[in-house]
Amino acid sequence: MDRHTKDKLMKGILWASAILTIAVLLIIIGFIVVKGSPAISWEFLTTKPLRSGRLGGIYPAIIGTIYLAGMAVIVATPIGVGGALFLTEFTREGKITKAIRFGADTLNGIPSIIFGLFGFSFLVFYLGLGISILSGGLTLAFMILPTIFRASEEAIRAVPIWDKEGSYALGASKLQTIWKVVMPQSVSGIVTGIILGLGRAAGETAPIIFTAAILNPVLPKSIMQPTMALPAHLYTLTSEGISMENAFGTALVLIVMVLIFNFAVSIIRKKKSIRR
Amino acid sequence: MSRRLNEDVIKSLLLVCAFFSMIIIFLIIIFLFKEGLEAFTYTNVFDFLTGTEWVPKNNIYGAAPFIISSLFVTAGAIIIAVPIGILTAIFMAEIAPSSVREIVKPAIELLAGIPSVIYGLFGLIIIVKYIRITLDIPSGETILAGSVILAIMILPTIISISEDAIRQVPRAYKEGSCALGATHWESIRRIIVPSASSGIMASIILGVGRAIGETMAVVLVVGNVEKIPTSFFDAGEPLTSTILLEMGEAAVGSAHYHSIFALGIFLFVIVMILNIASNFWLGRGVRHG
Repeated sequence: MDRHTKDKLMKGILWASAILTIAVLLIIIGFIVVKGSPAISWEFLTTKPLRSGRLGGIYPAIIGTIYLAGMAVIVATPIGVGGALFLTEFTREGKITKAIRFGADTLNGIPSIIFGLFGFSFLVFYLGLGISILSGGLTLAFMILPTIFRASEEAIRAVPIWDKEGSYALGASKLQTIWKVVMPQSVSGIVTGIILGLGRAAGETAPIIFTAAILNPVLPKSIMQPTMALPAHLYTLTSEGISMENAFGTALVLIVMVLIFNFAVSIIRKKKSIRR
Repeated sequence: MSRRLNEDVIKSLLLVCAFFSMIIIFLIIIFLFKEGLEAFTYTNVFDFLTGTEWVPKNNIYGAAPFIISSLFVTAGAIIIAVPIGILTAIFMAEIAPSSVREIVKPAIELLAGIPSVIYGLFGLIIIVKYIRITLDIPSGETILAGSVILAIMILPTIISISEDAIRQVPRAYKEGSCALGATHWESIRRIIVPSASSGIMASIILGVGRAIGETMAVVLVVGNVEKIPTSFFDAGEPLTSTILLEMGEAAVGSAHYHSIFALGIFLFVIVMILNIASNFWLGRGVRHG
């Protein structure tokens, strides 16, 4: 084959593989939307499931997922941002920063089912927190910590050095500089990390099945009680073959949540790049 | 003076935050091993890893069917995902006009953001059914179905890390190659991809780690039969599925419970080794000469 024909052919294959990747995404989303939308109604979103989810809605699961993901973010954000501040403002590049980053990367790579086992043996049993929103929320917090930490680090590192030096030159202390100069400029990047973490926490199933989720459709009254959750409910409906229609409805609600989070992230990023 | 003191207090607080990931990893290791090592008082390590039968009610714990299923599913996923992933990464870094890139990039991020249980639902309804009908076999719940779903799930990992690696190859390499009369594809094939091979390798290893540790998507499509699979068209039960399916029924502190944690230890060690290997390849950067 002629070299230039081959060049064209290979470029065609490269285009094809990218198109295939996008097609897979569109098929999955399209499929969930088409199959899920018949189940969606105001009632589906606002009432309790009946007969283990065969009938009725998913209200307690929506509330439970909001509690769990919210708790995960509330716990993981201060730790992640704090760690990122230490890494960028209080230490020099070297062995310590390497160790910190290695820790975050390693934690990020641990499979979610291992977090489930850990949450069960450490939080539920050893600390005696029981199957509860607290146990599930903390387990999810550990999982999403690296996401928030890494996004915060990137955002804080992007703050120009001259802004900080200007602040010091005016006699501000380190803490004042962090609070008044560094944080305001990095807040949108940190929020991006928080939203990404929120999306991940909302969709995780394996860790909460061992630590927080129940099938009983009662609304939790405190964080010491267990709760329903969207991904766990979806898993039960699917694996037990209870109701495929309601499973798709639940999947649609979950995927819309993820789409909203992703959309929010891209808007924040776009705004930021325009301002620069 | 008080300003200084204040700063020191805050600094040590932030230090704890920075090492929090490390602390959690330590706790995970301690609790996983505390619960799991107990299993080896009932079954010795060798029998545990090579035993072909897993019958909790008779206290027989052989993990070979799960380990082999995991290997099968992961190998299949890699065979499917690596070519598509690397080609897409090359496309993103070398071919795509920026307008196309701006659409494809967020789409790939979205693919990474879809919850795994939704992949499982999709796999069960579409892929399992498709496999059953096309191959005309009694059940489509096979290793192959698990591999296809996992391949889709690890594509974003392979694409984004490989793309970064390809972008790091200095422009001069490509320009030099093109100036010598090579076509764009020849430059990609002979110069750019080999230079980025460390990063591409890292992306594949990370993909293996993701695939072997994935639970929710796989458990819904592989059939979960506690038997050693012999082909991609058999049903299987990977390590993660067993942990998920049996945790609920094992009494805390029983031999069964400890054996499940022992599976967890095995999974954890494999994934750790893969993560460290991936980190090592990433650290090697661009290959010169």
